[in-house]
Amino acid sequence: MKWYVLKRLLSIGITLIGLSVIVFTISRIAPGDPAKLAAGPDATEEMVQVIRKEFSLDKPLTIQYITYMKGLIRGDFGRSIRTRHQVWEDIKLFLPATFELVFVSISFAIVFGILFGILSAVYRDTWIDHSARFFSVTGVAIPMFWMGIMLQLLLAAKFHLLPIGGRLDTMVSPPDPITRFFLIDSLITGHWNVFRNSLAHILLPAFVLSFPALASITRINRAEMLEVLHKDFVLNEKAQGISDRIIILKYALKNAFIPTLTMIGLRYGWMLGGTILVETVFDWPGIGNYAVAAAVYSDFQPVMAVTIVLGLNFMIANLLVDIGYGFLDPRVRYG
Amino acid sequence: MDEKLSIVARWKEERESQIRGLKLTIYTLSRSPLSVIGFFLVAIFLLIALVGPMIITYPGDVKGAVHMDQKLRPPSSAHPFGTDEVGRDIYSRVIMGTRLSFQIGLIIIFIAMGIGVPLGIIAGYVGGWINEIIMRVTDIFLSIPGLLLALAIVGALGPGIKNAMLALSIVWWPGYVRLVQGKTLSLREESFVEAAKAIGASKLRVIFSHILPNCTSPIIVKASMDMGMAILFAANLGFIGVGAQPPEPEWGAMISVGRNYLPDRWWMATFPGLAILITVLGFNLLGDGLRDILDPQSRI
Repeated sequence: MKWYVLKRLLSIGITLIGLSVIVFTISRIAPGDPAKLAAGPDATEEMVQVIRKEFSLDKPLTIQYITYMKGLIRGDFGRSIRTRHQVWEDIKLFLPATFELVFVSISFAIVFGILFGILSAVYRDTWIDHSARFFSVTGVAIPMFWMGIMLQLLLAAKFHLLPIGGRLDTMVSPPDPITRFFLIDSLITGHWNVFRNSLAHILLPAFVLSFPALASITRINRAEMLEVLHKDFVLNEKAQGISDRIIILKYALKNAFIPTLTMIGLRYGWMLGGTILVETVFDWPGIGNYAVAAAVYSDFQPVMAVTIVLGLNFMIANLLVDIGYGFLDPRVRYG
Repeated sequence: MDEKLSIVARWKEERESQIRGLKLTIYTLSRSPLSVIGFFLVAIFLLIALVGPMIITYPGDVKGAVHMDQKLRPPSSAHPFGTDEVGRDIYSRVIMGTRLSFQIGLIIIFIAMGIGVPLGIIAGYVGGWINEIIMRVTDIFLSIPGLLLALAIVGALGPGIKNAMLALSIVWWPGYVRLVQGKTLSLREESFVEAAKAIGASKLRVIFSHILPNCTSPIIVKASMDMGMAILFAANLGFIGVGAQPPEPEWGAMISVGRNYLPDRWWMATFPGLAILITVLGFNLLGDGLRDILDPQSRI
């Protein structure tokens, strides 16, 4: 198993290098002179030349790429034109917010996706099944940003049930930065009002972000559970007198879970992309928001950095999914 | 009279397998009413895209017109979806947005197929290190969440609908490579391919006459589902502000603008969103139905 993980990490490393090549190529095909862009509209020709030298933009492309890679390894993603900070500093600032949001979303999607999938399969062709199937089909089609806006309109603006956006109310100060996850930090330090406040704020964005994943996971879990529940060994277990609940939760779910796990991994990737939309709608201070603000500003160092960071995150998630197969299916043994 | 009957009977006999195939299709469709709904939704979408200019009430409003005296009116009989911040009729813009979205989706899918399918067939059929390289590159592209890659590309190239379409095509082609490569790999081992090679068919002939026709079913299924997703992604980019730019009547861009006028002027953001939802839903359902008909072995 260890060898498998090491091999995969090596593979991730190679893929990352490939990703950096792609990202670098994209950044260099941009029209216009990057030096002029960085210098700003009122720069003189000398200032542009200085910037060009500073960012090695006057050297050939391969040298530029090597400089870029050396920087990447050190963690130097360049400087953002918009915020004037080091991109790495900005990412350190915004990343926890995104991870908290994504973590809550994917947990929600997994737990309820599997639950609804099971319910839908067990109570097949009842209203439970039909409503689950309906929403699992529409859930993938609904535009995330529009759903967020509509929910904001209804729940926040019209009925004042939940806040409109942000991570906390302006009056509430954030908890001590231990993990930088507001939910965890406020619980650890015992600030219940901060916890309640951050929970209220994360509810809507997490729900919206999780929705397509929730729909897909429900759908595939239902289909797989139906497959498994018709198998002979389930009949055998019923004949042996094993209770339905144990059959479903212990035996059937394990078998049905493998394609579901694949879908979870796939949807996690889409979710990472979706942070761009949800963070914009809900003013969530994460790296998705940061990347969008940069892209609109034609400031592409941050966009490249965010792409690499979230790409790496997705690759690791896929590795975890593959390891998960090993745990679920004894026939799949690595090493 | 007798002659007519026997002509009909003969025709039926000749087409027996096709009639059976048709009956199977109808049976499959009837088992899943959702696919029929999807089919009709897509048909309506295509119809609107085609006859759009004929059913809109204010053709001038689609792009340039400004009627400040009409601005921000709620839905009424004159303006079923209300008016926007410069007085344009939202209904007309949503209808023309259908046409725009259809073009966008079609171009993206066609470019993606144009690159992905040939690469996939080459990778699958030739094998060896060419296969390795192509699949490696494909894996790299597939390791990035699609919307992020699209954002990165448009971020570099600059906002605009052409760049958005290019970016989304680049996001989409790896999926086709994977699909076609897998199918080609399995088709390569089929006996009819072996037979064709045995009687001296050239590589090109095998590819075009045997491999490619058998790939079309999964490609069509994927393309119909991707159409909806491509339109959705284009709307995503339009919403962020790096896709279609105003005054294009693109649904995502319209929602982005309409967002500023919430919560009072809810109609500006609501109706384009509904249009996106219905369109994507239709294509998804259609794709599901097509998969049940054309490619029953493949799963979700």
